[in-house]
Amino acid sequence: MTTRIDQRFADLKKEGRAALVTFVTAGDPDYATSLEIIKGLPMAGADIIEFGMPFTDPMADGPAIQEAGLRALHAGQTLIKTLDLVRDFRKSDDRTPVVLMGYYNPIYIHGVERFLKDAKAAGVDGLIIVDLPPEEDEELCLPAIKAGLNFIRLATPTTDDKRAPTVLRNTSGFVYYVSVLGITGTKAPDLKSVEQNVTRLKGHTKLPIAVGFGVKTAEQARSIAKSADGVVVGSALVNAVKTSLKAGKATPETAKAVHRLVSEIAQGVRS
Amino acid sequence: MNQIAPNSYRTGPDEKGLFGIYGGRFVAETLMPLILDLQKAYDEAKADPTFQAELDGFLEHYVGRPSPLYFAERLTEHLGGAKIYFKREDLNHTGAHKINNVMGQILLARRMGKTRIIAETGAGQHGVATATACARFGLKCIVYMGEVDIERQKPNVFRMKLLGAEVVPALSGSRTLKDALNEALRDWVANVEDTFYCIGTVAGPHPYPEMVRDFQCIIGNETKKQMHRHEGRLPDSLIAAIGGGSNAMGLFHPFLDDPSVEIYGVEAAGSGVDTGKHAASITGGRPGVLHGNRTYILMDDDGQITEAHSISAGLDYPGIGPEHAWLNDTKRVSYVSATDKEALEAFQLCCQLEGIIPALEPSHALAHAMKLAPTKPKDHLMVICMSGRGDKDIFTVADHLGVKL
Repeated sequence: MTTRIDQRFADLKKEGRAALVTFVTAGDPDYATSLEIIKGLPMAGADIIEFGMPFTDPMADGPAIQEAGLRALHAGQTLIKTLDLVRDFRKSDDRTPVVLMGYYNPIYIHGVERFLKDAKAAGVDGLIIVDLPPEEDEELCLPAIKAGLNFIRLATPTTDDKRAPTVLRNTSGFVYYVSVLGITGTKAPDLKSVEQNVTRLKGHTKLPIAVGFGVKTAEQARSIAKSADGVVVGSALVNAVKTSLKAGKATPETAKAVHRLVSEIAQGVRS
Repeated sequence: MNQIAPNSYRTGPDEKGLFGIYGGRFVAETLMPLILDLQKAYDEAKADPTFQAELDGFLEHYVGRPSPLYFAERLTEHLGGAKIYFKREDLNHTGAHKINNVMGQILLARRMGKTRIIAETGAGQHGVATATACARFGLKCIVYMGEVDIERQKPNVFRMKLLGAEVVPALSGSRTLKDALNEALRDWVANVEDTFYCIGTVAGPHPYPEMVRDFQCIIGNETKKQMHRHEGRLPDSLIAAIGGGSNAMGLFHPFLDDPSVEIYGVEAAGSGVDTGKHAASITGGRPGVLHGNRTYILMDDDGQITEAHSISAGLDYPGIGPEHAWLNDTKRVSYVSATDKEALEAFQLCCQLEGIIPALEPSHALAHAMKLAPTKPKDHLMVICMSGRGDKDIFTVADHLGVKL
């Protein structure tokens, strides 16, 4: 089974460059603006869209993504509306892979089988669920693979050579290497240790490896793109949303600000 | 639910950390190796008699155990039914049951070579207990506490600071206990090398629910022996208040396989379970996943966690330990609730009749005893877990009674 994610990484390999994976929170700051943001991401240079499913208690996220989630929830975002956003996006883009990232509880409450069916139908390609380690694979990972969705696992600096095979066992699409010990968007990655760890992980898997957590500038993206197959940018984009707001509401600048930053970082990845 | 009763209620969790469908290890990958390490270290400590001997020594000479099982004679007369005993965890050093678990975890942290201890706290009792043990062993201590709780539990905040702990306000979400837990988890993810997370209740990822339960079981084990000494037999009923549920689990667990013992866990009903302003996870919530485990949680239809409400900061949590969730589904324990108003009445009654100022948490257990005791015969032996003393709560109580201090 080849998903849009597999296809995209294969295409980029031919081009000889790394993927730019962009994270924004679904429904932040509101449904319409969120749709405008993701619709413009591929044109701005995003190769894969990672779409955050808002949750009240995001235990692995820093202040930027926590606030984005709360903004979205206050604007009425739900899991069902996040799937609606993907469906709306797919009306004009059938090629860019979309990965949903979030926490398990909203999916569990929606119902695992129902969620997988709805996500697949909406045009979702993969899932990153922060609080489902390999020890809980039976919950969602194995059913997701069966439903034809990639289940992308996070590998971290604590994923040593002994642990790596467990983490990689049921991973597909790509591996998301978390470049720092900590939550999203706080510390800057140590580029040398990222390179070492990516090389180390490549000894365990043939899957593409994307690196994220704390990547904010084109320069960082350029350095990481040398050793990794993809670079993930999240908190920086979410911050661009935040600074564009007036009295908590979207402005004509909101989507543009995100797209501008993505273009800038895309230059880094492509150079 | 059509279930066959298990042969024993005391064998859980299984190797995956599950009690039935509850529990588990729903954490970020960064924490997974730490949790596996902790489990290994705990299993080794449990099997090592020198660890238990060291813990017993501190529990006797530092905590002041065993705590008395006290016959509440005037309350018994007043209610006119069951013979009521209090298990006096309020007499422990630091004034609550929390220290039982903290001593165990801190000795384990030392054994693992950890030098930095983090904890979450709601009412501040677990924070104070952790700060106390850290001072005793010269360990760095950081306590996360919701900004709202810092405001309503000022004496405990100052106590922690006196003991040398750093109190960090949790500013996210509802700024109460659940957010303090989120912040502690975020700290742990960022400080994996030297840091030990000392969780205060029977919740969180496996092995915490099991480990905290084991350390708190001293409550029930002592109660069993003491009741034999007083009355020559088992009690007929047990009542304890439940936020996360550690004092309750500590009292209940040694009695789970004694079928003659009725067991009641009392959740905080706040303004009333039907008002939406409550902290009764079992009565008013449903199974979901939060803070590393599957259990009953307060949430909306989208799976977003809703805020808990209770006069008692220690019960103000939207979840409950996973073993309680399982004991509810298997019907071994009856989970009931008491409102803020009922707890306040029980608080005052206990002060007046027994000369004991209870914390607002066990006041919920007392409130249920006030309903249940009159319906029981005089030879019915009832044990209430007096999990903590109420000095910390007098400002809250005064406020609710309209008294200006």
